Amino acid sequence: MSKAKAEAKAQDARLASAADLEALRQRLIQDQDPDRPEIIVCHGTGCLANGSPEVAEALKKAIKASGLDAKVVPGIKATGCHGFCSRGPLVVVRPQGLFYQRVQASDVDEIVQTTLVEGQAVERLLYKDPVSKEAITLEQDIPFYKHQKRVVLRNIGKVDPTDINDTIARGGYLALAKALFAMTPEQVVAEVEKSGLRGRGGAGFPTGRKWKSALAAIKKKGRPVYVVVNGDEGDPGAFMDRTIMEGDPHAVLEGLILGAYALGAHQGFLYVRAEYPVAIKHLTIAMEQARALGLLGENILGSGFSFDVQVNRGAGAFVCGESTALFTSIEGRAGEPKPKYVRSVEEGLWGRPTVLNNVETWANVPQIIENGSEWFAGLGAPNSTGTKVFSLVGKVNNVGLVEVPMGIPLKEIVETLGGGVPGGEPFKAVQTGGPSGGCLPYSLKDTPVDFDSLTKAGSMMGSGGMIVMDRRDCVVDIARYFLRFLEEESCGKCIPCRLGIQRMREMCDGFSRGEGSEADIAELKSLARAIQDGSLCALGGSSPNPVLTTLQYFEDEYLAHIRDHKCPAGVCKALITYSIDRDKCTGCMACARACPQKCISGQKKKPHAIDAARCIRCGICMESCKFQAVQVQ
Amino acid sequence: MVSFKINGQAVQAEPGWTVLETARHHGIHIPTLCYHEAVEASGACRLCVVEVKQGDWSKIVISCMYPVAEGIEILTESERVKNVRRWILEMLLAECPGSKDIRELAAQYGVNSTRFTPHHPDEQCILCGLCVRVCKEVVGVNAISTVGRGVHKKIGSPYMEPSEACVACGSCVTVCPTGAMRARIDAVRGEPKVQLAPQAK
Repeated sequence: MSKAKAEAKAQDARLASAADLEALRQRLIQDQDPDRPEIIVCHGTGCLANGSPEVAEALKKAIKASGLDAKVVPGIKATGCHGFCSRGPLVVVRPQGLFYQRVQASDVDEIVQTTLVEGQAVERLLYKDPVSKEAITLEQDIPFYKHQKRVVLRNIGKVDPTDINDTIARGGYLALAKALFAMTPEQVVAEVEKSGLRGRGGAGFPTGRKWKSALAAIKKKGRPVYVVVNGDEGDPGAFMDRTIMEGDPHAVLEGLILGAYALGAHQGFLYVRAEYPVAIKHLTIAMEQARALGLLGENILGSGFSFDVQVNRGAGAFVCGESTALFTSIEGRAGEPKPKYVRSVEEGLWGRPTVLNNVETWANVPQIIENGSEWFAGLGAPNSTGTKVFSLVGKVNNVGLVEVPMGIPLKEIVETLGGGVPGGEPFKAVQTGGPSGGCLPYSLKDTPVDFDSLTKAGSMMGSGGMIVMDRRDCVVDIARYFLRFLEEESCGKCIPCRLGIQRMREMCDGFSRGEGSEADIAELKSLARAIQDGSLCALGGSSPNPVLTTLQYFEDEYLAHIRDHKCPAGVCKALITYSIDRDKCTGCMACARACPQKCISGQKKKPHAIDAARCIRCGICMESCKFQAVQVQ
Repeated sequence: MVSFKINGQAVQAEPGWTVLETARHHGIHIPTLCYHEAVEASGACRLCVVEVKQGDWSKIVISCMYPVAEGIEILTESERVKNVRRWILEMLLAECPGSKDIRELAAQYGVNSTRFTPHHPDEQCILCGLCVRVCKEVVGVNAISTVGRGVHKKIGSPYMEPSEACVACGSCVTVCPTGAMRARIDAVRGEPKVQLAPQAK
């Protein structure tokens, strides 16, 4: 090689072949010292909010001050979300995998001294099993992690999402190299189809079949064809896609490039809601680093295939998660859906064939290509292959993000991984599938969590939000909450959705005040069916689901509101009264001090009383009472 | 030609026709509000819903956009269709109590009263968007658009101020199915240069 050529090559860091990628990977692996400790500080949203950057900063200082031998000075790595959000900020010490929870900056001196210098675990920072009360030292032994199957999340919490080398060392872009040099585009489509992968965004449409029909449309209409990532996650309480984009942006990118290769697309779009600034930042960094290495852009890995991608920020409309509305938004118009009598694989962005998949769907693709469709089809349930990421929120001990094989029973997610409801009683219901999903009662706790079983039960998989409710949650109130959300988020184009959701909400508002009759419940069901049938898009069409499923499984609770003017859960303000149990009250004054209305009277060490006429039923007294003396009826 | 059935009656359509076009061609009535031959269909009012049956599955679609297909069976008066229609009309009675046209249309389908409380007693607009589409597609000036989202949505010119773009052609008033645009056009075109003919009562 001439000198000039060598210089040009040194300037150009682009990998020119699959062998180059493999060589880089080997070099990166060799550079790693497996015995060198590494401290991982979770920088997921929950941990960030709880002060993980301060913990990381304090760790750096403390390590410097400790005078540790340079050979054992640990690297400190900020990673994406580990999932166990209720225990954050989380710190993991490798290679052992010591798991420290709720770590504050003030704890780091002890971590450095005890763990790094003396090689012992800091007992008081370990996770304690709520049942056995025993401390668990290692991350992989904690029930929350032990029962997970991390496929999509395999890199999250392990790699630094802002450093492509970290991902490459763990096998990133190997699937791309395999597809580009050892597979035809048709083989990639066939592999995805054989894997049985179904869309993770909600409807569960088979991904391979979608890609195949796009190929048929391309045959008819020619190219260009576009590939799009739907990162407009908007369900209340859902943060699966956010975590993937923030914690492992290269998995999404690699999946998208694979899809582009399979379909012959040269331009892709990442549609991410603007409320996810970290996701946008990490994706943008990932794109720049991938371009610099020749993994994105012109002539990828020297294969002759070119593809590039851009980020489009959504301005925060829930409806833009709907495919046709998402397209109009990317095209620069108001995000309103269009009737889908011609599918978007034929007429999508700018009227061209377009394949739109959800973030988690795309992130599954590299592993299907790398490990083969049979491996993937062996995970999960027969008609719902693979794993699914769920965000577990509400009345559950272990709030966070879990990934499990499809088809596991609902109660295993809520009780084994989620640690059950605080207080130990069984859950009352679980809302799956976000506002468009449904409310499953405890009696359906054995329902396998897969696409078909959830749909059969009247709910849906949705994108994977799971909201756990206990006996203090009122189903009428839940229905009102979701209806209010959808009423605000309806684009207003079609009448059944714009007016229907509002009117359903008004009817439920009436129930929550004890108004209405059994005939009104029947009429509400009729209106719900009209909205399901008549709405333009899935937002409106699925909007009655929370109402219909709560009516299906908890009609008695609705009737209690209407007939007996009672809210059994003690939530609907017009129907409840707070009182103090004179036998339990110790006269500690805690409730009287907390009451914003100052309507609790009584002397110290003597039972208190609530003036019902002035009470605004905020429930603060109940929360402040340590003796369960405040009752609600 | 494409052959299929509407309410049991055999009909034929040119390829590319919609169900609504075919029905009208054969004199079968389907009510509409946001449909007009002069502009592209948008599927907003949902009043033209029909039930389409193919084998043992059926679904509700809007006839103004659903393309015809060989062998399908269309029902324009099935229970599901009537249920969608009655709720739309009942909700519209409360949404635009000021519109005589809506009251008459609802009465035709047996909806004479509404259980819902009107939010704006004088409102006439149903937000079908015909005015916006005609202004864009036929007149080509884009003087008006929908503004806002969901229940807060409105029709208007930018910032709700008189628009320089408006040529005061009155096309929006002509296509408006409820008479709402007649009351609104002066806000769009500014100082009226031409008086509109008195509205027939």
